[in-house]
Amino acid sequence: MKLILEQMPVVISALNIGFIQTLKLFFVTLLGAFPLGLIIAFGSMSRFKPLSCVTKLIVWVVRGTPLMIQLLIIYYFPGLILNNPIWGGGETGRFLAASTAFIFNYACYFSEIYRGGIQSVPIGQEEAGLVLGMKKSQIFFKIKLLQMIKRIVPPMSNEIITLVKDTSLSRIIALQEIIWAGQSFLKGSHGISGAIWPLFFTAVYYLIFNGILTLLLGRLEKKLDYFR
Amino acid sequence: MAILEAQNLWKTFGRTAVLKNIDLTLEKGQALSIIGSSGSGKTTLLRCLNFLEQPDKGIIRVNGETLFDAADPSTQSEASIRKKRLHFGLVFQSFNLFPQYTALENVMLAPKLLAAEQPNFKAGKKEIYARIEAQAKELLNQMGLSSRMANYPHQLSGGQCQRVAIARALALHPDILCFDEPTSALDPELTGEVLRVIRELADQNTTMIIVTHEMAFARDVADHVIFMDEGVIVEQGDPEEVFENPREERTKQFLSRYKQG
Repeated sequence: MKLILEQMPVVISALNIGFIQTLKLFFVTLLGAFPLGLIIAFGSMSRFKPLSCVTKLIVWVVRGTPLMIQLLIIYYFPGLILNNPIWGGGETGRFLAASTAFIFNYACYFSEIYRGGIQSVPIGQEEAGLVLGMKKSQIFFKIKLLQMIKRIVPPMSNEIITLVKDTSLSRIIALQEIIWAGQSFLKGSHGISGAIWPLFFTAVYYLIFNGILTLLLGRLEKKLDYFR
Repeated sequence: MAILEAQNLWKTFGRTAVLKNIDLTLEKGQALSIIGSSGSGKTTLLRCLNFLEQPDKGIIRVNGETLFDAADPSTQSEASIRKKRLHFGLVFQSFNLFPQYTALENVMLAPKLLAAEQPNFKAGKKEIYARIEAQAKELLNQMGLSSRMANYPHQLSGGQCQRVAIARALALHPDILCFDEPTSALDPELTGEVLRVIRELADQNTTMIIVTHEMAFARDVADHVIFMDEGVIVEQGDPEEVFENPREERTKQFLSRYKQG
């Protein structure tokens, strides 16, 4: 116990640095996957058959295979198989590859949630907008969007909380996020080696951050309670 | 000149012909009620007039202007149809109010969006919005909803919702206001308040087409009645005539079922 207390300051500062990388990946993924998911949702709902078929195929593949494999393929495939290392080396390259994999993967999950949300808005809402002379875009942004958001907040919250924990998968391509930082104390980092507790301790970071997110998302859900 | 002329309207869904050769004229300031059993094509006819369905054949004219001609693709572009819809207003059976907006906002939304398309909008934005708000409030007053303007649809009764929907349709000053079974989703006790409002509109010579199952109301309020069955107009004429001395066998059968009930 005494040893742990001695190691604490060094470990915490290393874990903090790792967690910042975790948060970066988390926010970049959300920023990319929110709009991309909407595009994929519209693609899969398109009346143009080839487009909707291709989109559905992509969603099937992305949702049907492990994110960890997707990370490995996206990071290593260009360099090792195509001899064209597009990601470049170092932490920046790993972060770009990880962001790409995460954005794509989560956009596919989001697209299905969006699709459910869009299709759950009754057709009468669109028809009411049409007979009032509104444009399709006005009907979407002024009428359907908020109703759709209200319906997708609960399933989205689930995905967002899962994403926080899924960022740890990027350890597989050695992205220096918090798991990587915790693990480094096993092999001698900052003069500490053979310490397993920092790795265990990373769980606290996830737990606290998800606690904050749960509160915020719950508040958003409450905010949208004013209509039905 | 008739305000509305529909000629030879046909509409099929798959292999089922829902409207067969419908001819219709309506004079300005008149109320037309359309009666008939479910599946007779009444609702489809209203939806065609509001361009929610596209007729397979036929012509729709308003004030002499050809709004739609099935034989002329130039009358069918998405953008032009949007403007043409504004000749008509439609009140739905299920209200279709926008749940995230208050009663007042429901009435103001479309007029505000349309005003924003006017070229001189930016300069006069404040006054234009003030005018739209004043008009919306007056309409809601007229509907007996002055104390309900700030309420959301889920806080209103069905009858109140339907009156908001009527105000919302009136806010765009349609040439012809259409009602698609406006009281069918309401409890009997709430039906009266909606019918009263529609009756007042008829008294003010609002041009209206009312699809309804309320026979007594159809008879009282309308200047002209159409009875539809299986996609055709079986009989039409003065309400007294059609209700008291129906000429066609099918009309007699239909009306006798209502008299028994």
